[in-house]
Amino acid sequence: MRLYGKFFLIHLKSVAAYKASFVLTTMGQFLTTFTVFLGVHFMFQRFSSVEGFTYSETLLCFSITLMEFSLAEAFARGFDSFGSIVRQGEFDRILVRPRNEILQVLASRMEFSRLGRMAQAIVMFVYGISTSQVHWTFYKALTVMFMLIGGVAVFSGLFMVYASLCFFTLEGLEFMNIFTDGAREYGKYPVNIYGKRVLQLCTFVVPYALIQYYPLLYLLGRGKPYYSLLPFAACLFLVPCFLMWRLGMRHYTSSGS
Amino acid sequence: MGKYFAFFRLRFSMGLQYRAAALSGIITQFVWGAMEVLMFRAFYRSQPQAFPMALHATCTYVWMQQAFLALFMAWMMENEIFDSIVSGNVAYELCRPVGIYHMWFARSLANRLSRALLRCLPILLVAAALPAPYGMMAPDSPLALLFFFLTMFLGVGVTVAFCMLVYIACFFTVSSMGVRMVAISVVDFFSGSLIPLPFFPARVRAVLELLPFASMQNVPLRAYSGDLSGSAMYRALLLQIFWLLALVAAGKLLEMAAMKKITLQGG
Repeated sequence: MRLYGKFFLIHLKSVAAYKASFVLTTMGQFLTTFTVFLGVHFMFQRFSSVEGFTYSETLLCFSITLMEFSLAEAFARGFDSFGSIVRQGEFDRILVRPRNEILQVLASRMEFSRLGRMAQAIVMFVYGISTSQVHWTFYKALTVMFMLIGGVAVFSGLFMVYASLCFFTLEGLEFMNIFTDGAREYGKYPVNIYGKRVLQLCTFVVPYALIQYYPLLYLLGRGKPYYSLLPFAACLFLVPCFLMWRLGMRHYTSSGS
Repeated sequence: MGKYFAFFRLRFSMGLQYRAAALSGIITQFVWGAMEVLMFRAFYRSQPQAFPMALHATCTYVWMQQAFLALFMAWMMENEIFDSIVSGNVAYELCRPVGIYHMWFARSLANRLSRALLRCLPILLVAAALPAPYGMMAPDSPLALLFFFLTMFLGVGVTVAFCMLVYIACFFTVSSMGVRMVAISVVDFFSGSLIPLPFFPARVRAVLELLPFASMQNVPLRAYSGDLSGSAMYRALLLQIFWLLALVAAGKLLEMAAMKKITLQGG
């Protein structure tokens, strides 16, 4: 853990050296998400609700998903460039070091510019809280924390699967984007609006609904109390992801170059 | 003209080589399209009277957008061009006896067409087989189909001409990331790839329809389903021609300015 802290500081310093480019990319990130928000905003100018969710309730959902995603991305996007690490034989170097290999891959890249997205998520979250008629209690605030923890776990797990596939294919696969960027994009609405089938898929296969829809129902006072604990069940998703990573590791033969 | 056509042909056949990538792309686009259709269905169920287009026309819009993604998406810009500008390799290209604007234009056009050609058919076929309001509909009329093809070519032209502006802007900024991200999100939003233009509030929409971004995918995709027809159709067509000419002219002016002050990075 201390080592990760050191890596963290190094990356922070290297970003600080290129201030202008950092500001521009952060702004770009901000704008990318802001247009998605505007899209939701304009949809709700026309429609007053969707499947019983109002504008501010949707914003609450959207902002929490976005926070989960950007937190996971800031720390686990090292997996994203894993394809090139394997291709360039960089991974051999990682393996010979006497440290955990996941830690090293994680620490190979940190994306602070994603904080632009995070900032926006927080603004939306505050707006969502103040306009939706949620009766806040201490336990509900705790539930939001649970959602964030579970969300970071699920998205990190997905990044890990994405990286594990690189052991076999050497290339990141485009369709994995459905699960990461796609989930962020479609997580702006509560999962159940996409229909029953999608909800089932998102509950039992990739547990998006456990970190978004069910706890949200609890927050809005429409769900059973145990819904608030479901994000922890979502953390179990990390187990198959980790196994897959192990499998990939065993399968690994250096690309040579 | 002949040499630019040669560039076009070269790129076109190169693009056709990447079949595995195309398959992966097709799956991705199919899932995205399905999610989009499901989302519009949810809104339609909640308040059908507030829906600005026919549901079937909206779903057709979504499927066509996915099928012809490579033609209109701003983020499909060419990394090679950006890299060559940033690394200084562009010098070699400048030495060639061809205009750099025309060459890059032909290249981008070929890339987009070959990618779309590989990917569009499977998506269109599956979408056409889906049950009525959620799949693709047949073109509204023979005239609509004719206009669809005509405006599609103009739309791709406008998209490529706009991307050319971004490429050339990189001669001035060195780092391409910022400009690119801003340009992409602006195009995505204003061209109707996030939500179709009819879903915007009336006053915003009135302004947006005049901008060059509305001349990209908005016109052909809506012409096909008959959502855009009659005098509005002709007006949109004229606007497309106007923006194509204007953007190409702006690009060439910018190119001239860039060539005057160009400094090459490194060796």
